[in-house]
Amino acid sequence: MDGLALLLAATLNAGTALAIAGIGLLINERAGVINLGAEGLMLVAAIAGFATTVHTGSSWLGFGAGMLSGAVLASLFGLLVIWLNTNQVATGLALSLFGGGFSAFLGISYVQEKLGEQPQFSIPVLGDLPFVGPALFRQHPMVYIAIVLTVLLAWFLYRTRAGLVLRAVGESPESAHALGYPVRRIRLAAVAVGGAMCGLAGAYISVIYTPLWVEGMIAGKGWIALALTTFATWRPARVLLGAYLFGGVTMLQFYLQGNGVHIPVQFLGMLPYLSTVVVLVLISSNANWVRANMPASLGKPFFPGS
Amino acid sequence: MLKLEARPQPSRLMSFASPLLALAITVVIGVGLFVLLGKDPVRGLQMFFVEPVKNLYGVAELSVKATPLILIALGLSVCYRSNVWNIGAEGQYIFGALGGGWVAMQAGASTEWMGHFYVVPILAAGVLAGMFWAAIVALLRDRFSANEILVSLMLVYVADLLLGWLVNGPWQDPEGHNFPQTITFLAQTKVPRLVQGLRANIGVVVALAAVAGFWVFLFRTYRGFALQVGGLAPAAAKYAGFSSRGALWLALLISGGMAGLAGALEAAGPLGQLTPYVPAGYGFAAIIVAYVGRLHPVGIIFSGILMSMFYIGGELAQSRLGLPKALTGVFQGLLLFSLLACDTLIFYRLRSHHPAPHPTPAPRTNAAAVTKGA
Repeated sequence: MDGLALLLAATLNAGTALAIAGIGLLINERAGVINLGAEGLMLVAAIAGFATTVHTGSSWLGFGAGMLSGAVLASLFGLLVIWLNTNQVATGLALSLFGGGFSAFLGISYVQEKLGEQPQFSIPVLGDLPFVGPALFRQHPMVYIAIVLTVLLAWFLYRTRAGLVLRAVGESPESAHALGYPVRRIRLAAVAVGGAMCGLAGAYISVIYTPLWVEGMIAGKGWIALALTTFATWRPARVLLGAYLFGGVTMLQFYLQGNGVHIPVQFLGMLPYLSTVVVLVLISSNANWVRANMPASLGKPFFPGS
Repeated sequence: MLKLEARPQPSRLMSFASPLLALAITVVIGVGLFVLLGKDPVRGLQMFFVEPVKNLYGVAELSVKATPLILIALGLSVCYRSNVWNIGAEGQYIFGALGGGWVAMQAGASTEWMGHFYVVPILAAGVLAGMFWAAIVALLRDRFSANEILVSLMLVYVADLLLGWLVNGPWQDPEGHNFPQTITFLAQTKVPRLVQGLRANIGVVVALAAVAGFWVFLFRTYRGFALQVGGLAPAAAKYAGFSSRGALWLALLISGGMAGLAGALEAAGPLGQLTPYVPAGYGFAAIIVAYVGRLHPVGIIFSGILMSMFYIGGELAQSRLGLPKALTGVFQGLLLFSLLACDTLIFYRLRSHHPAPHPTPAPRTNAAAVTKGA
């Protein structure tokens, strides 16, 4: 039972970064912009957050630094794709490549650094319950924040006027423009917020989850988060669900390893990537399902008056 | 205030000038970075743009790096021209090295009669292995419309882990003191060098031949034409009866095969054995090479050489100036970023925009008519 509780706890923890990045990317995709630079953003945010935490001793300042760096880089990407109409796929790739190099460059002197002991969290009373206590209620606050953010996003998208406008911009920028909404500014704001969320996720990985800095440490989580939005057919709650699913797959490899299952570590390591492919295949093969939910202008530039 | 205005026609001049402008921007940012790091910017730039081409040895080293970049970028240019987003060339490159490496390991007494021609099956195996890895992407996109960007990238990690397993397990050198590496390939399997004493090998010739081949394919064959129409105007391609599925498979097989060829050349060339360090990022850097080279075979030669200078410059900056090698990645990323920004000027021009509404003075139309007439 204890092992299972720990596996559950580890799954939630592993899924949290994916969930935060995933719902961030969902926001900008709902506005019609696909940011393939997520991996690069998360890498730069990871080192920014890690370095800040090393120097200040505060993981929350680290998260802030991660969010800020994510928002700045994403805005740069946004300026290129929204105002200069560059190709979204190519520009996102450029961001990922740049982020990989830039983070390695920034992080050189932090490779050997260690963070101080992090406090243990436990929700009073609930944390002391048998089984569910260690499984669900002794997590880092960010695990719960991810859930709250998901609920907030769902409420924002489907229950507020601003959310409606955001979706309109993603579905039909021409109509939104005709109604007088500043399509490009809304898109830029969505991209910046999405970048900040990716940054938060990156900083969470380097400051809490791992916690250390290694070159390329995001190891494809940015790309998996991108796949999550498709998997979730652009619904916030499904992003969260998918993130926990992937968290579970990631944890499964350590669980199997720990329980003496004789599969080479490399094959266990392939699990998250292979499951991403399998999941993409399963979701995409149902064309109607994807088409019904995908923001209609996703990836397409909008140039008012053209 | 400056405003973008759509050009009636894409500017040919700007499409040539844009990579140079992007390079200039990258250099300016680079100078700023050197100053920020407290290094002499002139010395810094020397490491990147002078030292690598100072002597024959340098040029040979440059060719060793440029060969895989050019080969992979050629394949990618076909992909991107046909709007197929294969970004997993790194994985296909690893598979090429695995395929070529496996054949190289089979060399022995029974293959001696083949002499140096044994390299031919090695390279062929590399091409096939790279094609196989890309074919998975094509199959999943074709049958299930799974996004090729994400699938091809995920397969990079899978290929990397597979390589790790092979060199730690079944392919590990039994006399290698448990190091994660295969046996050193026999001399017979070595890709022949061009000149004694320099590392440049016939891969350079292969790359140049490939450039010519791709130029003919893209601009002189029906297939190449159909592929490009499919990328530029899918509706027109459909109307003309060009198969988009065929284009998808062709683009992925070509780019996978080219990445595989590069991987096999590397394994049987400079590396001479397989280790976990086979993937060196060429597959990703080649994306930048393809773009900076304007997705044109001849342009790719120049951008491939430029990117190799970044690689060697980064190594030199590390050993001589004590700067981190990661500078290479920073500059490569910056170059692509600035290129994409500059490319905007191909389709748009900058116009100063006056907020106050001035009626257009009448003589202007006359002036335009005069220039037109002249």
